[in-house]
Amino acid sequence: MKPLEPNKKLDIEQILQDLKDYHPKRKGWAWREPAPNLTLGPFTYKDVSKPLPGKSVPLMSAHNFNNVDPQPLPVITTEIASGRFEDDIRRMRMAAHHGADHIMVIRTAGQSHFDGLIEGSPQGVGGVPVTRKQVRAQRKALDLIEEEVGRPINYHSYVSGVAGPEVAVMFAEEGVNGCHQDPQYNVIYRNINMIRSFVDACESKKIIAWAGMAQIDGAHNANATAAQAWKVTPELMAQHAINSLFSSNVGVLKTNICLSTVPPTATPGPCVYMDLPYAVALREFFREYRMRAQMNTKYIESSARDATVTHVLNMLVSKLTSADIQSTITPDEGRNVPWHIYNIEACDTAKQTLVGLDGLMEMVELKKEGPLRDNAREIQERAVLFMEEILEIGGYFSAVEEGFFVDSGFYPEREDDGIRRAVDGGVGAGTVIKRAADYMAPVTAHYGYNNVAQYDPNAVDDPALLIGGCTFECPDKIIFIDELDDTDNVYVRMEENKQYRSGKLIKPEMEWMADGVVHVNLFFPTDRRIAEAAAIQAGKRMNLTDVAVVSREIMQESEGTRVEITGKFPFDIDVTKLVIPPEPETLSDEEIKADISHKPMTVVCATVGEDEHSVGLREIIDIKHGGIEKYGIKVHYLGTSVPIEKLVDAAIEVNADAILASTIISHDDIHYKNIANIDRIAREKGVRDKLIFIAGGTQITPETAVKNGADAGFGRGCKGAHVAAFLVKKRNSV
Amino acid sequence: MKRIDEFSERRKHLQYMDDDQLREYFWELTQKVVEPLLKLGYENTSPSIERSVLLRMGFSSIEAKPIVDEALTRGLLSHGAGNIVYKLAKRERIGIREAGLALANGQKWDEAVSLFSEAL
Repeated sequence: MKPLEPNKKLDIEQILQDLKDYHPKRKGWAWREPAPNLTLGPFTYKDVSKPLPGKSVPLMSAHNFNNVDPQPLPVITTEIASGRFEDDIRRMRMAAHHGADHIMVIRTAGQSHFDGLIEGSPQGVGGVPVTRKQVRAQRKALDLIEEEVGRPINYHSYVSGVAGPEVAVMFAEEGVNGCHQDPQYNVIYRNINMIRSFVDACESKKIIAWAGMAQIDGAHNANATAAQAWKVTPELMAQHAINSLFSSNVGVLKTNICLSTVPPTATPGPCVYMDLPYAVALREFFREYRMRAQMNTKYIESSARDATVTHVLNMLVSKLTSADIQSTITPDEGRNVPWHIYNIEACDTAKQTLVGLDGLMEMVELKKEGPLRDNAREIQERAVLFMEEILEIGGYFSAVEEGFFVDSGFYPEREDDGIRRAVDGGVGAGTVIKRAADYMAPVTAHYGYNNVAQYDPNAVDDPALLIGGCTFECPDKIIFIDELDDTDNVYVRMEENKQYRSGKLIKPEMEWMADGVVHVNLFFPTDRRIAEAAAIQAGKRMNLTDVAVVSREIMQESEGTRVEITGKFPFDIDVTKLVIPPEPETLSDEEIKADISHKPMTVVCATVGEDEHSVGLREIIDIKHGGIEKYGIKVHYLGTSVPIEKLVDAAIEVNADAILASTIISHDDIHYKNIANIDRIAREKGVRDKLIFIAGGTQITPETAVKNGADAGFGRGCKGAHVAAFLVKKRNSV
Repeated sequence: MKRIDEFSERRKHLQYMDDDQLREYFWELTQKVVEPLLKLGYENTSPSIERSVLLRMGFSSIEAKPIVDEALTRGLLSHGAGNIVYKLAKRERIGIREAGLALANGQKWDEAVSLFSEAL
């Protein structure tokens, strides 16, 4: 396929073409490249990675600094799995442009109990059915996207459930770069038989090692399950250790073994005080391994603000200790399956926070004595005791049978509410078979006993030699299955929303093409129950369908409630029928200067009304901010809180060409009333025709300013160059 | 069984270890926990492992499943599904795919059974 062009949409239909013969361009995990002491614009950064050479979207305030876009050192994860992989591809591109380089695909509900690979492209629930076709299409798209942004993008999903080894093979073949793999997760949270889980895990991990994939464990789920999440910290260390050392013994590089670790506490608890010793304890014991810093989801609520603060506090812990991969839970995860905009918000939150904390550890250090040290040591000792008791009781399987894991007591305290599983129970029990003396598997990356010598002693170190190479050496041997279901597949779904793919018709969208979903924020001056009912009524009166309340927040129990609703906007918008105002025309600096030099110009400026704001107007005027003075325009600045009449009189007195009025306060539409008054007074004094009148302010929209009598209005983001260009053009057009 | 927090009692043998010793001891214990689990994986196989072998030998998931299911039914899986396909292909002087597809279609199983009864 041709390289992507930033101003063109990714062609999903083209991605789906010729998938049968597509092979990934690379394999294995990619870390970011450090760029210590990187200078970008006016700043020098201490711990960032190489900036993106391609197109990326910087943080919002970057426009003040020539759009610098520093990239933190940790790999940034985003989880994208709406149920329709074709729509997720578009979101992956948006996320990559906002700094994500680890795209994690959550599997559809129930896939871990599916005994084999799922094929085709069925729609998922709460995730995506992970199939060879879906993986190949997304990897193919990411191969293009990573070239566009100029940084490798790691693609990731799950090697768990009863088909782990098969999924691992498919991932290795298709260039998946990272995965979750932890047999303990199968046992505890998916009730898969423990013998089967560990036997399968040996094979899966061997394949993961061969493919150079990064592996993330599943220990963080204990945080999410235990009632008081911080009490399971000793057990978490044991779970991390079992999976990490087990993986390392199978052959996965320690530098590719990542602990999925969560700061277990959240506000209103003093969470950094409680979480930091655990983070330190963990990183000391596991210093050879990598940290995947996951966000706390246990206490996530429906407020995006609340979740974002938790996210930022979690990253403070990452910064004070370490994080090789920084996760970003979307701030809407507490109320729905994540939406496009919240994936992007979460990526931006991570980038903003980590860049904001850049260099912190050059200035502060963690204390070597006191509560941090004492608490870290205590957690470590409790973890050691936990491991001792596993051995005393007869090993891992016995410990699971005795309910050792996810007990809400702070070990060695026991509440006896842990998850118990029987060694002969669970999905897949009794399916493990002892290998015979002549057992043989003629393939690469196979774990355990393998009697290859019976056929060819020369093939002992390379069993796939027996068959002239397996799919790992000869990708052309991979058999691609396209679709198995005529009614549930990507082509059927894309046919249904075909009319929206050309871009002529559009609808608001949160996760799927033309889903019509909108999100509305409302405040009602009443109590919660009335406000919720009123919000639903308001949504219906806005013509929304499927209106639902997704968040409510009490301002004061009788004075007011904030309610957030979602609904579906049931209309199409025809892009060809939209009236789109032309972009403001600009002139080059040289053209403006030449015009002013040829014919001098004088303007009077003030912030009008009872308004003391001066920053915006000064930026438009001052030469040091690139304001209109630099073009040679003579400026009479009258100050702030200037009465309107005085401004008009001053313009008459100095025989000005133009009036620049800044009006910031917008309460009760006072800014537009000010504009109308300037126009009226100038008319009364008979000078309106001789003056160009420009109004500006953060809440000003050009159309409304003109409607109220100004010649032009300039709002947020406007620069001196725009104002000067307008003045010159307007003067020349009269 | 519920248990009170006996930490101060149980930690007595740990308190004089320095941080490095404690860490090393933690990993020694962990190695003892994982060793039997690794042995289990070394000596055993499962239907998913065997299907994953067939995938690597160039069969699709749809072809791999009936081969493993039938091998299980006929008590041959302990030899390895890949081994069955490989040995059959060698004996019949046919390609790996040809042999596997025959098995996937329910053919040549009696031959496969006899191949492995010879070995026993």
